[in-house]
Formats: sequence, structure tokens, C-alpha cells
Amino acid sequence: MIINHPLLGPCDAQEFTYKGDARLIDRPDGMADGADAAFYNYAYLRDNPAGQHRELWFHEQGDRSWLVVTRNTVTHEITQVELARDVARKSGRSA
Amino acid sequence: MRYSGFRVIKEALSGHKGWTPAWRDPEPKPQYDIIIIGGGGHGLATAYYLAKEFSQHRIAVIEKGWIGGGNVGRNTTIIRSNYLLDGNEPFYEFSLKLWEGLEQDFNYNAMVSQRGILNLIHSDAQRDAYIRRGNAMLLNGADAELLSAEQVRREYPFLNFDDARFPIKGGLAQRRGGTVRHDAVAWGYARGADSRGVDIIQNCEVTGFRIENGQCKGVETSRGFIGAGKVGVAVAGNSSRVMAQAGMRLPIESHVLQAFVSEGLKPVLPGVITFGAGHFYCSQSDKGGLVFGGDIDGYNSYAQRGNLPVVEDVIEGGMALFPGLGRVRLLRMWGGVMDMSMDGSPIIDRTHIDGLYFNGGWCYGGFKATPASGWCFAHLLATDTPHPTAAAYRFDRFEKGRMIDEKGMGAQPNLH
Repeated sequence: MIINHPLLGPCDAQEFTYKGDARLIDRPDGMADGADAAFYNYAYLRDNPAGQHRELWFHEQGDRSWLVVTRNTVTHEITQVELARDVARKSGRSA
Repeated sequence: MRYSGFRVIKEALSGHKGWTPAWRDPEPKPQYDIIIIGGGGHGLATAYYLAKEFSQHRIAVIEKGWIGGGNVGRNTTIIRSNYLLDGNEPFYEFSLKLWEGLEQDFNYNAMVSQRGILNLIHSDAQRDAYIRRGNAMLLNGADAELLSAEQVRREYPFLNFDDARFPIKGGLAQRRGGTVRHDAVAWGYARGADSRGVDIIQNCEVTGFRIENGQCKGVETSRGFIGAGKVGVAVAGNSSRVMAQAGMRLPIESHVLQAFVSEGLKPVLPGVITFGAGHFYCSQSDKGGLVFGGDIDGYNSYAQRGNLPVVEDVIEGGMALFPGLGRVRLLRMWGGVMDMSMDGSPIIDRTHIDGLYFNGGWCYGGFKATPASGWCFAHLLATDTPHPTAAAYRFDRFEKGRMIDEKGMGAQPNLH
């Protein structure tokens, strides 16, 4: 698989380490009420769809950026690649 | 019809005109006591033991394609019970004991061959770990034997003993491990279940569950609604998709695992060997092909085919261990979709919906578990209590911190 890195252009997926569902960006608040249930959901449960899947890849052998890759889990086709930083900022996770 | 040597001779003398289909092809009835979703090894074994050991009636197995077309037909056929942890080892040893009597039990030649499995040791630390594992196996009634490098050399002289990075220092052998003709497992269970009245309904895809007041009443399928008192789901690889129809999210990701078979060779490999320094395992089939595999590809996939980097990784592991492999031509390779759970261990449990039961999360160790998985799931469906050897395979173990994590990798399914 070739991942089209937003900054570096096409890169072999072998340069990356796979993390999993991009929802892992949305880490719950550990101090909130019901945090134990929220963390059980966060850490262990997955949608695991057959089809479009947004997922985190780490460019470990490259610029060490985290990417959000939209990939089809049935065909392995990659349709969108974003910097995870941009995705996190858009959802208000950091300044 | 019972199969026997006498029967084969009789049929040979009468032009093989007396053979009948091994199972029926029935129309679905409107209502069953128990429906099993998934006509793979685990689903068919569950139906077989429900009918035979737990005296249940009015059972159906529903399969979206043809029986045995999923992972029971796509694995590397290895059976073993060389686990470490308490939650696992009694279960896998129960399974190995069932394999030992299976062919007599269901009157079908599954070519169970206890040719032994050998986990190779490449360092002192690994020897310590395997001694501990071997002791855990012995404590649970399994067999285990620690071999020196010289003993390994006598049995497998062609391995790369003096490799500079990964010299072979010995091995942990389980003599009762081995291989089984995988398709025949599905066919044997199907025939045994069918002869006890189980309806095996192929080309019937489940499209939804009918759930009323927290009670599962049956399944919607591509061939209409089928009512059931209890529904058991055994669809590993597609567990998340099927259970999503009941509104559940699972502690599972689907990943692709590749396997390979070489051209046929004369007998070279007496048992099953596993490389301890990389991920590579290999046996020789009765047709002569070397059957081998390694790691999962490492990203979520439902594709039943993998990519080339893992092919290279597996072959490198093979070459490091077994240099003669380089002269052998690869014949076929394929992929199967694995339910990778969050701790590397399976789930056999009730769900929060009454009448809906789940069996899955087998990671890439489901084939060896087939008989015990079927037995324990049948026990759960018939009695509503877990079988003692499968009592740890609960849904809530992640929430309660009771993981069964053989590799100690935590909630990162592609590392188990």
C-alpha cells in the first residue's frame, strides 16, 4: 500500500506503524463522571467496519508525523490522508 | 450411513453406486430451538455437540456462503495445547484431547496426525520462558518436553543451528501436537450434525436480529425470518459486522493473516516447527507441500488477501531458520480474516440480550480450538452456564481487568 503523505508525497506503508481507529484521538477526560466506562469504551471497543475506515498511522521511518488515513478495509484503497494534528485541532483537542 | 473399511470395499466392488450425500440441503423451518450463525468449524462443531452431547433438538446452522468456506478452510492446520496462562491452557488441552478421539467420535477421516510440534529456542532467556511454559503445560495435564540443541539436531538436521544472530539452543516439544486435514473437520462435523437432525442451511445470510424487550426472538435472513429460542453467533472474522446488527460493539478488530504452501516435496519435515526469533511456523502436508505462515499484516482488513511486505517478512524468517527453503518454489498463498481481540484470547459468553450468545475473538488460533470451542459453546447454549475450561472467556474481562494476555501486549490487537 502507498500512503500519500500530505507533506512528503507518496510513501510505502512499510515506513509506517499502524495504530488503529482514528477515534483514539478522542481520549476521554479521566476526571469526568463515568470516566471508567468511557475509558472501557475508548480502550477496548471498536466499530471495526467492513468498508471505509479512518485510522491512525505513524510515520516511524519518516518524519514521525501521525496521519489519519481513510482506507477501505475490503479493497485496501486509500481515499484520503490528513495530518492527525489538523484533525485533532479541528475537533478542538489542542491549540 | 457409517463409513468403514468394509463399506469402502463393498462400494468398490459395486461401482461406487451406493454412496449418498454426506448431508442434506434442507429448506429453513419457521422456528428452531437453537440457531447457530456461521457454518464454519466452530459453528458446525457447536451444532454437533449440542445434538450429540447435550441432547438438544430442532437445531439449525445458518451459513451465508457454503460450509467450511471461511477460516476452517484457510488455516495452517496445526493443533497443539502449548499455552501458558491458566485461563487458556485447560481449554486448549481439552481441545487436544477431543482431537485425539475425534475421528472415531464422528466417524470421518480427518487425518489427525500427532506428528509433534517443536518451538525452537534461540537464547538463554527464551529457554527460561519455555521451561516455565512447559511446566504450566505439565501442571494442566498436557505433555511437554525440553530438548537440547543436540536432540533437536537429531530430529531436524537441516535447520540453521549455527546462525550468527539466532543460533538454535534447543526446543520445547509437544509430541501430541500435530496437524489435521482442515476441510475434513468441517465436513465431519457437518455430517455428524446432519445425521442427528441438525438442519444445515447454506446460502442464507443473516441480515438482522429480531430483538423484542431485550430478548432475541430469531434472525432476519436473505431467505426470510427464522424464529429461535436461542441464537449462537460463531462467525469469527466477521464478528463485529454480525454483532453490530444487534447493536453491539466488540473488543475486536478484523485483521488479515496470510498463509503459504510450496510445491509438493518428498517427506522432509517430520513435524511442525516454529521459529523462536521471528514469526514463522511450518509443517509438511500429506501431499508434500510445505505449509507455512507468519504474522498478520497488521492493519484492519476484511480482504482475505494481504500485501507483499509480510510475504517478505515470513520468507525471511523461514530462510533464517531453514535455508533449504530457498530452493523450493511457492505454489499458493492466501489470506484469512481474523477476529483479533484486545488481549489475544477468545470470547465464549452470553450477551446482554437474552437468548443471544457469542463465540469469537479467536485471533489466529481458532483452528486448534475447534472441538473445544464447539463443546464449550454447546455447553453454554444448552445449560446457560459456562463450561469450566472456558469460564474465563467472558465479555466483561476487559472492563474488570481480567485479561488473558499470553503475549502481554495490551489493547493493541495487531501485536497479539
